[in-house]
Amino acid sequence: MSTEITVTVNGTAHTASVEPRLLLAHFLRDVLDLTGTHIGCDTSQCGACTVHLNGEAVKSCTVFAVQANGSEVTTVEGLADGDSYSHVQQGFWDEHGLQCGFCTPGMIMTAEALLKQNPNPSEEEIRAGLAGNYCRCTGYQNIVNAIGAAAKAGR
Amino acid sequence: MVTSSFDYFAPTTLDEATSLLSRYRGEAKVLAGGHSLIPMMKLRLAEPGILVDIGQIDGLSYIREDGDGVSIGSMTTYREMATSSVIQSRYPLLADASSKVADLQVRNRGTIGGSLAHSDPAGDIPAVVLAIGGSVVARTRRSSREIAIDRFQVDLLTTALHDNEIITEIKLPSLAAGTGTAYSKFHNPASHYAITGVAAVVTISGGVCTEARVAVTGAGDKATRARRTERILRGKELTPAVIRRAAERAAAEVEDTLNEDIHATAEYRVHMTQVHAVKAIEAAVAAAG
Repeated sequence: MSTEITVTVNGTAHTASVEPRLLLAHFLRDVLDLTGTHIGCDTSQCGACTVHLNGEAVKSCTVFAVQANGSEVTTVEGLADGDSYSHVQQGFWDEHGLQCGFCTPGMIMTAEALLKQNPNPSEEEIRAGLAGNYCRCTGYQNIVNAIGAAAKAGR
Repeated sequence: MVTSSFDYFAPTTLDEATSLLSRYRGEAKVLAGGHSLIPMMKLRLAEPGILVDIGQIDGLSYIREDGDGVSIGSMTTYREMATSSVIQSRYPLLADASSKVADLQVRNRGTIGGSLAHSDPAGDIPAVVLAIGGSVVARTRRSSREIAIDRFQVDLLTTALHDNEIITEIKLPSLAAGTGTAYSKFHNPASHYAITGVAAVVTISGGVCTEARVAVTGAGDKATRARRTERILRGKELTPAVIRRAAERAAAEVEDTLNEDIHATAEYRVHMTQVHAVKAIEAAVAAAG
């Protein structure tokens, strides 16, 4: 049984017929070809697949695409305005908040949501906000610096 | 990881949802936030043939002061409970426990009703609601009933819910004046699930403990009242020595079903349950003022 869904991704409405078991992460990557959203652990822990669903950060490997029917999704591809990066993206660039880059899209999407909830986070609050995002390279220092820089730029 | 195939329904009313559950009784599972069910389906530990998604039904997400107590809609998320001023002021342990479930992304999706219906042996919310008391409202197509929380958790991943029922609401009682609450957990650093967690709701009057409800999660097969601990606390002045003696019995009710896995041995879980019972009871006493 296929189900027809319409999901607005980065401002564009997409209609597709999908199997109910298709995960949102696979819908974004395989159906819409938006491969910025990464799949790391596939067990709801690493956060590489984080996107915004109706403005809230979610792990897209733990949401069925059919659950997003009628919703608005923002992926990492939807953050920049032309050549102009968001504060968080610019922060990761300036502070070198990555090494291999695999976790980066999820880190950025979580950081965007975190700063929306709390525009002035302490270092401790940034670290707590990243509890659901794993980085296996950096030791997190530059990621925390990048989000701090983004918060400062947003003030 | 891909789940087994299933048929999907997204009803927009409770009547439709309960009708679907009756029609496909035994085959259908309710999908709420999905953060317990979907991971289990990916591991093929659950392979329901039909999912009834209740996420499109309006009116199941609320926190309402009703008469003496508070009613919480079953689709209310952890984040909504953690940030609610009503929950923060009336049931601080529920706000605190909700803020410590997993991570920000999971708290945006996971719901109180889903957590209770799933009854994970390491879930935080079942123990917290058990310590507060109250009831779960479950509805079928034809009727509605209230299940006392003390009779709700039946066994590992098993509750008193029938397979044609949907949780619509959780009713929490008003806490007496002089009541303090706290939740203390020792969590797995990756998943943030409780290796052990203790929820305490303690009422102090005239320097003496007049009522105590203590519940343990993570250690055994389900969230369980620590009744021996409660009996030691009741009627006494809660000195550090009394609290320690009571906490020593905190794992007594789960000793026949102790978890033992890669995260902790049974013996370690018992010890950490006692440690966190001291922390939770002390913090509840301090909060009682």
